[in-house]
Amino acid sequence: MIVVKGLQKQFGALPVLRGVDLEIQKGDCVVLVGPSGCGKSTFLRCLNRLEEPDGGQVFFNGEEVTDKDIDRVRQKMGMVFQHFNLFPHLTVKRNITLAPVRLGLLTQEQADAKAMELLQRIGLADKADVYPNMLSGGQKQRIAIVRALAMDPEVLLFDEPTSALDPEMVGEVLELMRELARGGMTMVCVTHEMGFAREVANRIIFIDEGVVKVDKPPKEFFANPENERLKAFLSKVL
Amino acid sequence: MNLAQQFETLSELARSGQVLPFWQDIFVKFYQAFLYEDRWLQYIEGVGTTLLVTAMALAIGVVLGSVVALVRVGHDQQKPHHRNPLLGLVNGVLEVYVTVIRGTPMMVQLLIMSMVIFASSRDYTMVGALTLGINSGAYVSEIIRGGLMAVDPGQMEAGRSLGLNYITTMLLIIIPQAIRSILPSLGNEFIILLKDTSLITVIGGKELLYAAQGVMNRTYEAMFPLLGTAAIYLVLVMIFSWLLGKLERRLAQSDRR
Repeated sequence: MIVVKGLQKQFGALPVLRGVDLEIQKGDCVVLVGPSGCGKSTFLRCLNRLEEPDGGQVFFNGEEVTDKDIDRVRQKMGMVFQHFNLFPHLTVKRNITLAPVRLGLLTQEQADAKAMELLQRIGLADKADVYPNMLSGGQKQRIAIVRALAMDPEVLLFDEPTSALDPEMVGEVLELMRELARGGMTMVCVTHEMGFAREVANRIIFIDEGVVKVDKPPKEFFANPENERLKAFLSKVL
Repeated sequence: MNLAQQFETLSELARSGQVLPFWQDIFVKFYQAFLYEDRWLQYIEGVGTTLLVTAMALAIGVVLGSVVALVRVGHDQQKPHHRNPLLGLVNGVLEVYVTVIRGTPMMVQLLIMSMVIFASSRDYTMVGALTLGINSGAYVSEIIRGGLMAVDPGQMEAGRSLGLNYITTMLLIIIPQAIRSILPSLGNEFIILLKDTSLITVIGGKELLYAAQGVMNRTYEAMFPLLGTAAIYLVLVMIFSWLLGKLERRLAQSDRR
């Protein structure tokens, strides 16, 4: 579904990605891990061109992703941010319905119905008409996920979705992500939640020094880390 | 004996060379500054023009400032490798505009506009309003640009990540959030503009200070017309400051919802 070939990105003189190759299949739940500053988030943001790659190609459903049709690609490639980035001047419901209605995918009534259905699913239907700053971090992030889901994306990108949350709220967000993965949603997650990676991912990818160093199913990934850098990394985070 | 008769008597005495006692002198000066021949009407007319010029200059300034700010922010937010050359050119022109306007005195701008560019025009008030508007546009553009750039960049990313294009994201997500921080500063700009309208007197714009000068020229008395003018400006500014304070509190309240 997503094919990445030789992706490169540098910030000024600092090379962050030095040729990343990766294929993501439909239904995959891929977790990207690696030491901080290794370029996991940058890689994720290059997929939907929030960050512009300096080299290499990204293909989505067989077509190369370029600036020209990027808005169309992004409709199918949802993103969830570390800091939620809900729109503070709009109610929860409007946050969810804004994009599908503006892009002509749904009428306002259809979008409202869909928003309510999604909110019901995460148990936040009573928050439909409140503004985001009345919500807890965990609620905000779950609504951000729902906002992305309302576009019926084919793949969801998660950029450290639980890193800005209080510890007691991490669980509810991971639970929703787990549910999505079980439902067959294709997901690419940058996260430090090793428990989640072990339990939910079907592939864990270790990025280090700007390239993919390890790409294995979780069992092997944790049980048999051959790579020295991965060993060192795991000894720090586990 | 009513005021008019009293004034006639006393000013007759003064003209004949008699030195009037302090309070009578004050009375004569006050009367001829504001009441004689219904002169207060001239001040009222002047205030009307002042408010009209302020409103027109603000309208021009806000429209001009918004356009300039949006172009400049749009230019700055382009990706490094895909800069639009036309946008770059327009941006360059606008940067020159902002630099020139902010780098030269308003008085000089007024004189250039009235004596060089619109040398043949007799409508000094309108030339004044236009000049003030163009001047204000440069400052307003910086206010709006600051407001737009103060919105969390994550908001633009969130909008774009949903597939909304740049312009839609600006209109629906960035600008509504920026307005909250822009409005109070815009109010200050309005008050500055209100006071700066007094400058158009030098090119013959018929606003409040012009009216006061008219009276001064006929009475050879400066104190009351000038103090009166100052008092009127002060009252106007206090009224608008009070209204702005209310607006700001209203905005702060909706922040807390």
